[in-house]
Amino acid sequence: MGNTTGLLASYEYLDSTVDAIKALKKAGFETVKAYSPYPEHHIEDALGYGQSPVRVWTLVGGLTGTATGFALTIWTSIDWPLVVGGKPIVSIPAYIIIAFEMTILFGALATIIGLFVLSRLPSIKPTVVYDPEFSSGRYGVYVEGNHQSLEEARQIMNEQQPIELREGELDD
Amino acid sequence: MLEGRTDRGAVPHPDVHTYDEVNRDVLRALETPGKAWWALLAVAAAGVVLFFGAWGWQLYKGIGVSGLNSPVGWGVYITTFVFWVGIAHSGTLISAILFLFRAPWRQSIYRAAEAMTVFAVMTAGLFPLIHVGRLWHAYWLIPYPNSRFLWPNFKSPLVWDVFAITTYFTVSATFFYLGAIPDIAAARDRATGLRKKFYQVISLGWRGTDSQWHHFGKAYIFLAALAAPLVLSVHSVVSWDFAMTIVPGWHATIFAPYFVAGAIFSGVAMVITLVVPIRKIFGLEAYLTTKHFDAMAKLCLLTSLIVLYAYLSEFFLAWYSGEEIERTAFWNRLVGDYWWATWTMLTCNGFVPIMLWFRRIRHSIPALFVISIFINIGMWFERYVIVVTSLHHEYEPFAWGIYRPSLTEMALLLGSFCWFGFWFLLFTRLLPPIAIAELKEVLPAPTRKKTGEAY
Repeated sequence: MGNTTGLLASYEYLDSTVDAIKALKKAGFETVKAYSPYPEHHIEDALGYGQSPVRVWTLVGGLTGTATGFALTIWTSIDWPLVVGGKPIVSIPAYIIIAFEMTILFGALATIIGLFVLSRLPSIKPTVVYDPEFSSGRYGVYVEGNHQSLEEARQIMNEQQPIELREGELDD
Repeated sequence: MLEGRTDRGAVPHPDVHTYDEVNRDVLRALETPGKAWWALLAVAAAGVVLFFGAWGWQLYKGIGVSGLNSPVGWGVYITTFVFWVGIAHSGTLISAILFLFRAPWRQSIYRAAEAMTVFAVMTAGLFPLIHVGRLWHAYWLIPYPNSRFLWPNFKSPLVWDVFAITTYFTVSATFFYLGAIPDIAAARDRATGLRKKFYQVISLGWRGTDSQWHHFGKAYIFLAALAAPLVLSVHSVVSWDFAMTIVPGWHATIFAPYFVAGAIFSGVAMVITLVVPIRKIFGLEAYLTTKHFDAMAKLCLLTSLIVLYAYLSEFFLAWYSGEEIERTAFWNRLVGDYWWATWTMLTCNGFVPIMLWFRRIRHSIPALFVISIFINIGMWFERYVIVVTSLHHEYEPFAWGIYRPSLTEMALLLGSFCWFGFWFLLFTRLLPPIAIAELKEVLPAPTRKKTGEAY
């Protein structure tokens, strides 16, 4: 077991999980990962998360959609000018609807792409330590470090009485 | 940093205590189909055969097998199209708008409502294709560079509709799938064999890590924020298919809000119709309590009042305008050839929901189920009234005529319910019908130190 690089603890309680993360962070561990069955703000706070860059994807996607919507309608009208219903060749009020729908469409798709890029989905091949209980009712904390520092981590994690503590390895 | 979140425990699920229980109860729905489910699936599958058989017959013989003719060129197909688009609306309302407003009763309903949205748009989207008759020319609606450099007319509401409906389908399907990913992962972790393989692929390797949840949460909020105005726009655009013409009975500025309210009304009713059997068949009584049905019933009541108000103001304005053609059109609705359709609409949508004022009715699930079916029928007839009575009695007396739906049209209408039901039944067996992760958010988190520090 000389090449151990990580430890994975499962906890039953939320406060134990948050306390363990805080203690690990305080002890100077860089790579601390948490697992939870649902989005948990306390864990995110303990890990010190800021704003997610997903919002940039949404904004850029949405604006691209607006531009595309107007560009498509205006360009095609000029490409073959045809008076319909006595309205101007380029009728902006009517085109707002197309531009609006394309704003939503591009914005939504860009958000999804952004999410996939940022959270490394899809990852069909298991590349992280995991326990199936994390999707049910348990919280998990995973920490990486060298051989000596992991002994310290083990101590910190044990203080919060984990249900299980095991050495990290690739599994499914 | 650790202050309590106010939305925790806002809707008590008194019989649900731990996170494991949620997984066990919801995922059980995926394991035991039961006889009732198979029987329903068989009926739905037969209906799907009928649906495509009737469509094939129309493609073979031509659009003449429908009752459509001058002056009524829009009939059951367009009625049914608007009906299903309307049904689709409340799914996104419940999942997106109520999410943004943090309505605490949406968690246990929204997965089913979103699935309903996706399948209802899938159903609705077929009807313009059926209606155009020559299916092989349907792609002309899409702007593509062709050899003559002809483009669609972007001033036409029908082209707006193409954009609105395709966007709506894409966004609602994406939203539905994204929200389901963590729950699919939960199903994956309990499944075995072939099912496990299937969930492994469609859960995209979700692990519930902090960074995944972090980005997921933000992406979900943004998608909800994009979907919310989309819901309101789509049925507005559908209403403009009518309102942009000068047909008496269609040409009204009230149409967009009137259609949106009607869509939400019919959609919530359909959610009730669908959720009542799910609750029974899969034993989810602890998750879908009378509180949830009460909230849905109130939403129905509110939208019913808006719809009734729209009906009455239409009649009032027709009279108040002093415009003879407009007056005749609305008088014709009440006492003309299609009086029975108008009165069905008024009874089902305006009068029957009055019962929802009573708490005892709102708390009785069988009563709500029956009322919701009345509303579904009423909302179909509303669109029938708008489409058919307006067209059959336009300006010129020599161009008046009567429309009778043909057997093919009725088969396609009936078949559309089976097509929808078929997908919905598959959904209840393949995806967790209740949002597992979000439900856990409203349960109190387990804590070791019972010190009252709010989690």
